Amino acid sequence: MPPTLTVLIAAATAGQDYSDFLRQYLTVVIMAGLAMALVGTLLGVGALLRPSRRQGDKHVTYESGVDPVGEHWSQSHVRYYVFALLFVIFDVEAVFIFPWATRLDADTELIGSGGEVLGVLGPYGTIGLIKMFLFIAVLALGLVYAWRKGVLRWM
Amino acid sequence: MPMLLAIELAYWQETAIKVAVMAVLVPTTALILGIVFLFKMMSWMQSRMGPQEAGPRGLLQLLADGVKFLQKEDIIPDAADRFVFKAAPIVVLVSTFLTYVVVPAGPDLVIENLPTGIFFAMAVSSLSVIGVLMAGWASSNKYALMGGLRAAGQLIAYELPLVLAVTGVVIQVGSLSMQDIVWAQATGEIFGWGGIGLPLILTQILAFFVFMAAVQAELAQPPFDMPIAETEVVGGYHIEYTGFRFLFFFLGEFATAFAFAAIAATLFLGGWYVPGIPPDSVWANVVGPIALFVKIMFVSFLIFWFRFTYPRFREDQLQTFAWKYLIPLSLVNITVTGIVVVAF
Repeated sequence: MPPTLTVLIAAATAGQDYSDFLRQYLTVVIMAGLAMALVGTLLGVGALLRPSRRQGDKHVTYESGVDPVGEHWSQSHVRYYVFALLFVIFDVEAVFIFPWATRLDADTELIGSGGEVLGVLGPYGTIGLIKMFLFIAVLALGLVYAWRKGVLRWM
Repeated sequence: MPMLLAIELAYWQETAIKVAVMAVLVPTTALILGIVFLFKMMSWMQSRMGPQEAGPRGLLQLLADGVKFLQKEDIIPDAADRFVFKAAPIVVLVSTFLTYVVVPAGPDLVIENLPTGIFFAMAVSSLSVIGVLMAGWASSNKYALMGGLRAAGQLIAYELPLVLAVTGVVIQVGSLSMQDIVWAQATGEIFGWGGIGLPLILTQILAFFVFMAAVQAELAQPPFDMPIAETEVVGGYHIEYTGFRFLFFFLGEFATAFAFAAIAATLFLGGWYVPGIPPDSVWANVVGPIALFVKIMFVSFLIFWFRFTYPRFREDQLQTFAWKYLIPLSLVNITVTGIVVVAF
């Protein structure tokens, strides 16, 4: 592995050993497995206790007691699909803001694989602030534009 | 972070303990919120007694309900998409469990102190919208589909204020790790006075307001409960679920409420830190969970207070509130926080 890459990986994991980093996410996967195991166990216990008698009308789609009418996957107007487009734009903004926010006023240490400090990245400070404001301003302009065009009005 | 407890465990031993703790903790938190707030506090606010019979003062009511649900027949409608129908509650519950992973209860008491902590929590908590949409779609029921679509629109709209409100805290602390956020508050000073640290609610009161409003909507709790409004869509995406599959949605909702309350307590109220107990002493590990629990109960009280007080929003009011008020407010908060942090 080229030395520069080692620095990058080690920096990304905030000074931890790379296998520690992976282990943390192994725990995350184990916890997801635990949730599935809990569902499985409880449904399994339930299967021993609950009745299972199949009768015709029980499995008919519920529509407040009357016989279901027409297609179940009926067409309906999704009134906020433009909101969903706006959401994508702003969510990407959020992804960019987080790494910026961690470095705005704090030093970032670049730590090598042996735990030694290779260097310090200074805070972004005023310049970083102005840059991000330009970014936010452009996005806010987009929101204002959508607002003026009536996208945020309920149709 | 210094290792304060003088025990060195292998990875698998540590993980076994963590799995045991999580398996007990997550359902228990849902029970606590359900009994204390949903049953008892709601009853008292509405001038009635609430459950009385099961256990002392009816405190075991929810356990009795659980046993009842366990005996209910598991009905899957013929028209439903069976695989997706079964998978939906699992997705919701996985999202809930993962949210707990990064919440610290003491200097050493955390499942995993991920460097991306709060960002991770926001990411996995928003996974539940997929489960909800799956449930709405797979039920092949008009009400369920409408409820699922409403839920998707709502969770999308309030995801942004939630994430942007957190950004203010991250700017001030300069780290995404939940432990770093607690430490920053524990070692912070109010104009040179370090008596109670610096709970970030003092500087981020706007973010706290936006965060709590967004949490309320993310949980689909009244006044933001159009996705499951019984008078409009007859329970929404819950409609075809019976027995324990229904209970998983309930469990997911309340455990997530507890997790969000824990995140709010950590971000804004100092988490496990108690003034007077140095955060690097062993005692912080003992008092920390209790302090965190008290703070969580306070935040949960706020969440449920709003739940029982306000009438339901209309769908267009909901979207307007998010896009025209909460998002601009949180952008203003980021701007002001950025300027103040850089200027001072």
